[in-house]
Amino acid sequence: MNARNRILGKLRTSLAGTVPRPDDFDQTLVTEPWRYAPAERVSRLRQLMEAVHTEFHQTRSADWVALLAELLGARAVPDLLVSPQTEHGRLVHAYWQTRNDLPRLHAYDRPIEEWKDELFSHTAASLTGTLGAIASTGSLVVWPDRHEPRLMSLVPPLHVALVRASQIHDNLYEVMQAQRWAANMPTNALLISGPSKTADIEQILAYGAHGPKDLIVLLLEDA
Amino acid sequence: MNAQIPLNDVTDVSAGFKPRARAALADPRLRSNFRTAMDSLMTKRAAAFSDADERERLRELGNHIRARALSQLPDLLERLEANLTRNGVKVHWAETVSEANTIVLEIIQTHEARQVIKGKSMVSEEMEMNHFLGGQGIECLESDMGEYIVQLDNEKPSHIIMPAIHKNAAQVASLFEEKLGVEYTRDVDELIQIGRRTLRQKFFEADIGVSGVNFAVAETGTLLLVENEGNGRMSTSVPPVHIAVTGIEKVVENLRDTVPLLSLLTRSALGQPITTYVNMISGPRKADELDGPQEVHLVLLDNGRSQAFNDPELRQTLNCIRCGACMNHCPVYTRIGGHAYGEVYPGPIGKIITPHMVGLAKVPDHPSASSLCGACGEVCPVKIPIPDLLRRLREENVKRADPQHPVMRGEGSKYSARERLMWSGWKLMNTQPLLYRAFSFAATRLRGLRPASLGPWTEHHSAPTPAPRSLHDLAREHLEHPR
Ligand code: SF4
Repeated sequence: MNARNRILGKLRTSLAGTVPRPDDFDQTLVTEPWRYAPAERVSRLRQLMEAVHTEFHQTRSADWVALLAELLGARAVPDLLVSPQTEHGRLVHAYWQTRNDLPRLHAYDRPIEEWKDELFSHTAASLTGTLGAIASTGSLVVWPDRHEPRLMSLVPPLHVALVRASQIHDNLYEVMQAQRWAANMPTNALLISGPSKTADIEQILAYGAHGPKDLIVLLLEDA
Repeated sequence: MNAQIPLNDVTDVSAGFKPRARAALADPRLRSNFRTAMDSLMTKRAAAFSDADERERLRELGNHIRARALSQLPDLLERLEANLTRNGVKVHWAETVSEANTIVLEIIQTHEARQVIKGKSMVSEEMEMNHFLGGQGIECLESDMGEYIVQLDNEKPSHIIMPAIHKNAAQVASLFEEKLGVEYTRDVDELIQIGRRTLRQKFFEADIGVSGVNFAVAETGTLLLVENEGNGRMSTSVPPVHIAVTGIEKVVENLRDTVPLLSLLTRSALGQPITTYVNMISGPRKADELDGPQEVHLVLLDNGRSQAFNDPELRQTLNCIRCGACMNHCPVYTRIGGHAYGEVYPGPIGKIITPHMVGLAKVPDHPSASSLCGACGEVCPVKIPIPDLLRRLREENVKRADPQHPVMRGEGSKYSARERLMWSGWKLMNTQPLLYRAFSFAATRLRGLRPASLGPWTEHHSAPTPAPRSLHDLAREHLEHPR
């Protein structure tokens, strides 16, 4: 506690006789240049995400599960991590019942300590929902929770994310306001803008650094 | 406990800045590695700020946000601490790097941990944490690809964003071949996959994850981290314990304040609209959650920052959001690279922050290693007047130290009575018309006596020869006898 009091004491002495600067935050600067017409919103999101190697598919509520099955099949993905507790997870489970040629499904239903090795070594892909997306920067908003924990969108080499078109926001400021982040911050909140990448060697861009090598976005245009 | 911090090469400036700079200038490969990288970073930044008006207004806002945070820093730190504590994060304070290392070590020992995996953190470089923990028998491994490469080669980062920018792919290929026993490949994708495989295993095994912090939000008790690789997320969510280390200046008041700062940071640093991941951590794993660390610690480090804070002009140094744009645009940095500075933070930001961390006397050449071209100040996203601060540090360097009212540790180390005297003479001559005329008369009429060698000046320039008559003289003649 001594270091704390000494540091704070020094800082306070330095500020003696001064008043805090006014809060002149100008939200127009982070909103107005970053607003889009509804149709443009999707195209901007898509363009920015594709620019960083995201595979982007525009689909509909009735079709996306079949599309998912097809995409996973084409990549010969052996298994998929998906929560049976979420609405999208239930749809996947229901569809999987009708076919027997699809990747094995498993759930993140135990604390990580109980199956860390399996997650790291034997999980090829995951499907998670999102809280929406941000057109201005090409980002997905992901708040991990009990059903879709933090590592679900990080450790498997392929991450598939579901986005509803109605939940695409123009910019980060507006998402924060609309979803009242400041009052509700979860233990972990994420913006994800593409598969993991690095340019640490000669500035040459390489995908698949430490997180997913591939990111697929399924955009539900009618949801 | 009283841990001994071993001396480390990077803070060993016995060789001095100038010999290191000279060596770097004579290394064509190093120069071309930096030239290429800096050119590309400058182009990317320019493209990311295509609208100059938007850019300038955003920089102004960024400056105001940082200045507002600093204008109430102690209150915000207390608020940050209270909110983090409420969220379940343990907050620690350290005045020196040695205290910070001790705190980290104690946490590690409590958990009987042996393996630490680290996301990128410049503050941990200040602490020389790897070296310190290594001395205690604890493996502390870097996981950022650039930092990993640098650590593997027993080096230090040469850039705050791109630690291994001084190396080219061929050098990395040889390094991996030698140290990891893999087949030689210059293919960057393959090299990265080698790094990924090696480090995945380490993430899996690690007992403790260490990270830095880009912004600490007082309002919500949130630690915000940006990164592209995913190693930051791995380090902060796989191991059972996460220790974040950061400087006391990193706090901002509100969550919304991070919106413009984030945009300024990623666009200035890499020309990206945003990084792949923005990772906001507001607490350890909750009872009903299935992953994330069981414990989160934040170590707040002073290490000279409160000294900079004490002077309203020098305080602006603490606006810095560590984007690296000032070094990318610096003609000196581009030519000599990061290692020549001999300290953790290179380039313009290094020149203005390092003296507070290690004392001005230890880095006396830092403030003058600049042409004062102004590029750094022009690109700085939070508008730190870096050239003004460099000039100020030059003054602090040569003034007579004032033990009664010290401005900074190591001030006045370049004070010279002889130099003072010469400047007094110069001042006298330029303020006394008679003396001035006598001087210009002597300088012009006795021009033949000018020595051929004028010290360092004539090493690279020809010696100046005064004109036969002074401008003053000619002007007077012209006025008296207009032609
Ligand atoms: S001084 Fe400015 S330009 Fe340099 S790293 Fe800090 S914020 Fe970036």
